[in-house]
Amino acid sequence: MPSQNVRVHVYGWLLLMPAAILLIAFTHFPTVATLVQSLFTTGTATRPAAFVGAENYQIMLEDDVFWQVVQNNIWYAVGTIPVSIAIAILMAVWVNARLPARGLVRMAYFTPTVLPMIAVANIWLFFYTPDIGLIDQVVSLFGGGSHNWLGDPDTVLGCIIVITIWKEAGFFMIFYLAALQSLPPELEEAAHLEGASRWYYFRRVTFPLLMPTTLFVLINAVINSFKLVDQLFILTKGGPDNASSLLLYYIYEVAFSFFDEAYAATLTVVLLAVLAVISVGQFLLLDKRIHYR
Amino acid sequence: MSTIELKAVKKSWGNTLALKDVSFIAPEGDFLVLLGPSGCGKSTTLRLIAGLETVTAGRILIAGEDVTAKSPSERHISMVFQSYALFPHLNVAENIAFGLKVRKVPVDERKTRLGRVAELVGLAGLMDRKPAQLSGGQRQRVALARAIVAENHICLMDEPLSNLDAQLRHEMRVEIRDLQKRLGMTVVYVTHDQTEAMSMADKVILMRDGKIEQEGTPDELYSTPATTFVARFIGNPPMNVLTLTDGPDGGVLEGAESYLSWKQCGAGQVIGVRPEDIDVSETGVPAELISADYLGADSIVTARMGSQSVVVRMPGRFQVRDGERVNLKWSNEATHIFDAKTGHRVEP
Ligand SMILES: Nc1ncnc2c1ncn2[C@@H]1O[C@H](COP(=O)(O)OP(=O)(O)OP(=O)(O)O)[C@@H](O)[C@H]1O
Ligand SMILES: [Mg+2]
Repeated sequence: MPSQNVRVHVYGWLLLMPAAILLIAFTHFPTVATLVQSLFTTGTATRPAAFVGAENYQIMLEDDVFWQVVQNNIWYAVGTIPVSIAIAILMAVWVNARLPARGLVRMAYFTPTVLPMIAVANIWLFFYTPDIGLIDQVVSLFGGGSHNWLGDPDTVLGCIIVITIWKEAGFFMIFYLAALQSLPPELEEAAHLEGASRWYYFRRVTFPLLMPTTLFVLINAVINSFKLVDQLFILTKGGPDNASSLLLYYIYEVAFSFFDEAYAATLTVVLLAVLAVISVGQFLLLDKRIHYR
Repeated sequence: MSTIELKAVKKSWGNTLALKDVSFIAPEGDFLVLLGPSGCGKSTTLRLIAGLETVTAGRILIAGEDVTAKSPSERHISMVFQSYALFPHLNVAENIAFGLKVRKVPVDERKTRLGRVAELVGLAGLMDRKPAQLSGGQRQRVALARAIVAENHICLMDEPLSNLDAQLRHEMRVEIRDLQKRLGMTVVYVTHDQTEAMSMADKVILMRDGKIEQEGTPDELYSTPATTFVARFIGNPPMNVLTLTDGPDGGVLEGAESYLSWKQCGAGQVIGVRPEDIDVSETGVPAELISADYLGADSIVTARMGSQSVVVRMPGRFQVRDGERVNLKWSNEATHIFDAKTGHRVEP
């Protein structure tokens, strides 16, 4: 009997191994290595890396750029997440209805998602360019002056937020659409027989039943708000004066422009910690409320 | 006050004609059953009455008032869906009171009505459960309670018992019928189960291919079926339909020409005999017994009469020895005559 048991265990571990190797080699090991690296100085040819404990974190807390980037990132999240989710639900309900050519409409909404962020940034460059950009041309029709949308620290982050919403809403819509299609149509019929308006039905039935999807989308949106920085490379490079720089972009700059690996590792650890806290928090907080089954 | 009337109602989706000219009246307080095979248009009829679909032609009247163009909520109708259509995120009490809340019934009244209905359908201890935590029968009761609590005079039910086991189905049948009588509701009930129709209905409407095949009391449908389709749909096992051919004194059974004959009948006609109307006797048509299914109270025996096979219901346990021969007999009153081509009943 015991040998049988051992065999089962070995078999189990063998089955797990391919996935485990990949995860450990490319996720867990780099994470731990980063954590370790953040406790050392950046080594050079003449001076090897030395253990400095929390000094890198100390430096980080005194780094003005870090705080600005964190602040930007919070605004970026606050600006993109609720709006893109709201738009996604709205579009999903709208294309779920029986309207003519809804296949076409669905595809149109989904297109931004299919485009790579770099291509999206190029499209929006055409909108934002001063004087010859679409926005300025329209504004000038109504007698407004030209404005350097991406060059003004007051407007640049807003511009980036709009692009992200435009790109993300269609993606989230797909999840809501799938969830809506899984709701039995009799629910709505039963509600209509009772005299419920469409808005009442949405508020009291559809929306609560979409909560599991909302949780999923929310987590994705939060993670994206830290992850989605491709457009910065094309549009602003974090400028002007770091007004549009986000945490991940800052990490990139520190690591590959300033070549300060230790500080980049420190910032990365902070980013990972933030993401971990947010995901765990969301699960604990929202899980109870939404699982009605 | 709660009479339902359909006048020449048609319904089509593109090229598929689901209902072709359906007219009937459900008098106030009646239990009307729409019966028929799958796809004959029962659900469509019900959904048209509820206003969940719009008619292609014809008119629908409720309490004498034309409601053809009215929205579902303006018709003041309750409905029990086949899938129950309970809201999964609401508990039993919230599910039942959903409509009351929509219509802004005051909280006190909501409570008393909820309590009363819960008592009535036997859900009193389960008000805090979610639908997923209920058994099929309990869910069915919640759906029923939601329909009753509105205190509408008309209730539509689309195969509400089809998800339940035989025992529970029987119990719920009795309960639904009892509730309907006590509350004086007009009920239109859809089923494809003829036993359910026979045991519950004041009036049965048997449909086929979007048309009404026959309408009447369960007894009328059983004792004077208008067509062979009705004859074979009502009753279990279905009526035997035997082909006639011309004999010297009228119609005789094809393949057993020399025994019984029916005057003024002949080729081009069929006779129908219910399995329970056939007896084994000394005289009659000789038949070879083939097999028997024992059902407890009786046995269903399959036999061959000349070239045609018949089914006979025998009391008790009936043993068939291989190749055993008997004589089968039935009375003239038990013989139904139909036209072979049209299937319509021929009155002798
Ligand atoms: N939305 C629809 N679009 C097109 N055809 C439909 C639609 N709903 C029903 N039909 C057709 O109308 C006919 C009648 O359907 P209905 O649902 O009324 O049948 P039923 O008698 O309720 O059958 P069952 O016992 O299987 O529920 C069927 O041939 C069906 O294919
Ligand atoms: Mg049906």
